[in-house]
Amino acid sequence: MKRWLIALGVLVVGRFRRRPLLDEPERLVPSAAPDRRAENIVLLLFGAATLCGVAVPVIYAWDAIPNQTQFLGLAFGLAFAFLSAACIVIAKRLIVTEDIEEEYGLTHPEDEEALEQLVDESGDRFTRKRLLILAGAGAGTALGAALVTPAASLGPVFDTSTLYKTPWRRGVRLVDEAGHAFRADDIEEETFYTAYPEHAEREQMGAPIVVVRLKPAELRLPSARSGWAPEGILAYSKICTHAGCAIALYRKPTFAPVEPRPALVCPCHYSTFDVANGGEVLFGPAGRPLPQLPLLVDPAGQLRAAGNFSGAVGPSWWGVRRHGPRS
Amino acid sequence: MIRGVVRFIDERSGGAPFLRKALRYVFPDHWSFLLGEVALYSFVMLVLTGIYLTLFFKPSLASVHYHGEYLPLRGREMSEAYQSTVHISLNVKAGLLIRQTHHWAADVFVAAIIVHLLRIFFTGAFRKPRDLTYYIGLLMLVLALLEGYLGYSLVDDLLSGMGLAIGYSVLMSIPFVGANLAQLVWNGPFPGGNDFESRMYVVHVFVLPIVIATLIALHLTLVASRHHTQFLSRRANERKVVGMPTFPGYAPRSLGLAFAVAAVLFLMGGLIQINPIWQWGPYHIADATNGAQPDWYLGWLIGALRLVPNFDVTIGNYTLVPNAFWGGAGFPLFVFLVLFLWPSLERRVTGDYAFHNLLDRPRDAPWRTALGVALFTWIFLVFVAGAADRMFVLFGLSYEAQVWAFRVLVWVLPVVALFVTKRICEELLRGEVVEVRRKLVEAEPVV
Amino acid sequence: MTRALLLCLVAGLLAIPVASADPPQQGVTHVHVAPGTPAVDWGEQLFGANCVTCHGPNGRGITSEVHGAGNEEGLGPSLRGVGAGAADFYLRTGYMPLDDPHKQPHRSHVLFSKGELAALVAYVASLGPGPRIPRPHPERGSLSEGQALFTEHCAGCHQIDAKGGYVTNAVAPTLDQASPVEIAEAVRTGPYLMPRFSGRQISDAQLDSIIRYVIYAKHPDDRGGWALGHVGPVPEGLVTWFIGIVLLIATCAVIGKRIES
Repeated sequence: MKRWLIALGVLVVGRFRRRPLLDEPERLVPSAAPDRRAENIVLLLFGAATLCGVAVPVIYAWDAIPNQTQFLGLAFGLAFAFLSAACIVIAKRLIVTEDIEEEYGLTHPEDEEALEQLVDESGDRFTRKRLLILAGAGAGTALGAALVTPAASLGPVFDTSTLYKTPWRRGVRLVDEAGHAFRADDIEEETFYTAYPEHAEREQMGAPIVVVRLKPAELRLPSARSGWAPEGILAYSKICTHAGCAIALYRKPTFAPVEPRPALVCPCHYSTFDVANGGEVLFGPAGRPLPQLPLLVDPAGQLRAAGNFSGAVGPSWWGVRRHGPRS
Repeated sequence: MIRGVVRFIDERSGGAPFLRKALRYVFPDHWSFLLGEVALYSFVMLVLTGIYLTLFFKPSLASVHYHGEYLPLRGREMSEAYQSTVHISLNVKAGLLIRQTHHWAADVFVAAIIVHLLRIFFTGAFRKPRDLTYYIGLLMLVLALLEGYLGYSLVDDLLSGMGLAIGYSVLMSIPFVGANLAQLVWNGPFPGGNDFESRMYVVHVFVLPIVIATLIALHLTLVASRHHTQFLSRRANERKVVGMPTFPGYAPRSLGLAFAVAAVLFLMGGLIQINPIWQWGPYHIADATNGAQPDWYLGWLIGALRLVPNFDVTIGNYTLVPNAFWGGAGFPLFVFLVLFLWPSLERRVTGDYAFHNLLDRPRDAPWRTALGVALFTWIFLVFVAGAADRMFVLFGLSYEAQVWAFRVLVWVLPVVALFVTKRICEELLRGEVVEVRRKLVEAEPVV
Repeated sequence: MTRALLLCLVAGLLAIPVASADPPQQGVTHVHVAPGTPAVDWGEQLFGANCVTCHGPNGRGITSEVHGAGNEEGLGPSLRGVGAGAADFYLRTGYMPLDDPHKQPHRSHVLFSKGELAALVAYVASLGPGPRIPRPHPERGSLSEGQALFTEHCAGCHQIDAKGGYVTNAVAPTLDQASPVEIAEAVRTGPYLMPRFSGRQISDAQLDSIIRYVIYAKHPDDRGGWALGHVGPVPEGLVTWFIGIVLLIATCAVIGKRIES
């Protein structure tokens, strides 16, 4: 029995021992001395990485741990950091750093010639190469254009008329965020209001407007718009003519001798529009004045649009000055 | 065991010769050659974290009212896209970590590409035969900018919504065809509704990642087939590349870098908050906040948009060049045009059509370095101008004064930088010649 | 040589914010009165010693430049009818006294004592009927209504997290230090270039909600980590470069080699 066990032991151990090779093949990778200290460091780093990795599901599952995002991030991050460190130590201390050479490639004139010859000779049977190439190109272009054609369905690429449309026209009531109609005497001086057209889609550039009140004596509107601001109540498009942001700033002077005049300002690039004189640009990059909406006060005292804006709403484009806004 | 694996692969693919060659492929190992890999691994992180996010995100602008646990948004009307992002951030375990890691990875991805591009440019690595590799890289940069912009705009929060309005306006501002293009892309006027959200989603999640991944594969194949460039040294020259093999030398280094990228990104994703959209609120066309900014890699555009003086170029009733074009489209187009044309222009001007496998140190090409520094200075100043409002709020520097100062500086300082850089390069070179001469003289025996 | 140049450049750049900062506040004149003097009278004396140069006798305002004693410019709005609320706001924040009427008032160290403040407020309130000091109850407000209202009326200038922003020719300050009373007073007063929102536009209940939101915005939910000041992508970009890229380039430098000399 004992002999069988010894034989079994020798067999098992023998399998793990490398067979001595008859010829040692030439080394591909140069040899170098081992570095047990570096190995220990790598083991430590792997151990640390393991701990951090294990920490992840623990933190995840244990709800009592606050700031989950921070601790999970730390656990993940440190796990990877330790792994990275381990790899770097292996790279610099446990693997031989070789310095080998190789040729840079150049060109391959023979193969290039062969390729050229191949294509050339293949075309030997063609008698009218130019014409055929032209015809082929024509067919290809037509097919290419055909394939691209359905892309035109992505949007009204040829119809820019919707860019002029706004939901405002004469008689449309001004309503606030909650849908309540604005009365003229709701509008106080020294503040600003955001208004929308009643019964219209709000999420479009032509919809939101800013309403402010100035003293009628302060108005300097162009003569064509003299009736546009009843009681000094003015309305302008809330969408900046520069790049489409909402004009959510109103600056009003408490003390006019030292403070700048009332103006609507856009928070994106700070285009500043003069409310008293029809939305002219005072500062900033806007290339067009802010479109003004004419107002009227109806017999019930409510504010309504008296027409459409003074100009197309929103950022400038090719045809922005060609037409006024359409209702 | 290794023998088993190798035999398995070789029997089924015949790949042993290729693998043998690939594993002994030579990598010159200057540290700056690793920068491209930082971008590569950031991209891998983006894809992995991105896939996770797509499992939770709802790309729909359908209106909902928020009924979750975050009080400041209770009852607010918002899109499903925004709500699902709030949900990922505040309710999905590890959701915020993955989301923030994804966003930091995007910021770092573009930054790494630019650092890599700077290295390529200032060492002349783009010269023949690697100009095609360079073009592919530049194309990836453009796509990365677009991909990032689409990514954070998908969320439909207040800040990115404002950014989309600006993007729309810039597209509209393209002479003649801008409005047509914008109508095509948005399916009508801004904000475009669900169609546009779907389009952004498909492009961001599917189209661009595949295109970028393909370009990366092409880029790396070209790098490998032409071999990496290297600096002049005792053994390296135009004919041979000296370095370490993929295996065993380079692989653990590369792996180490990959893990380091993952580590940095996860640490940032967990410890440093980025884009807390639940604080911004949902986007509505009539809403805006002060201090809205795009992600950093588009900061050069907001700077340009703010600096251009207020004029539309008109001919009669036709608005030929709306104002937003110059800063939002013309400026980046010009920069990328210069970058794309650079290799061929440099060849033409210097008359140097040869292959270059050796790199220049920046000082070795004074004109290239100087012009590159000038271009970078120009872009950087415009970029800094984009944060002038924050400088005003923090330091009291008048915004209007800053605008005027920057309008002058963006043209003057690059010229100054050009001459100063050229001078520095030339002086450094001259210094080296003197140094060599001095060593020779000192080596001579004293009579 | 280049290093010296660089140092000068950096020093010069750092000097700019220092140079453009407002000059240090000049002192105020304290007035001592006999105990038992009514607040209005005390206030009148304080007013005469500190405010009349710009706001004129009886607070009627000075609208064209007058150079008073000590070469101080006198320019200031009338205070008739501004009410206790406005006076309290400007005084308790240190907006007033203002050295240079052409400069924007900003939060500064209050040099008056509590009693003096109350006296001045009482005096200004006596100049004409006006809004009294509000008594807000933010705890009664709704946080979500507050954020919605803040977005609609305030975020354009003050930024969605109330960190402040730029308005052409002025700064909209951060609200980090604003107390509920100050917020209410500012909303109802409309100091400097800020709009004035009356109770008809923003009801007291709505104002409570807005104030509740502003208080929340001082310490919002930052479960994502270090909040970087709550101002969005600019500091995020700085972190990307100065933390992310720096760490990664450093890793590359550790892994790779330098050029052999």
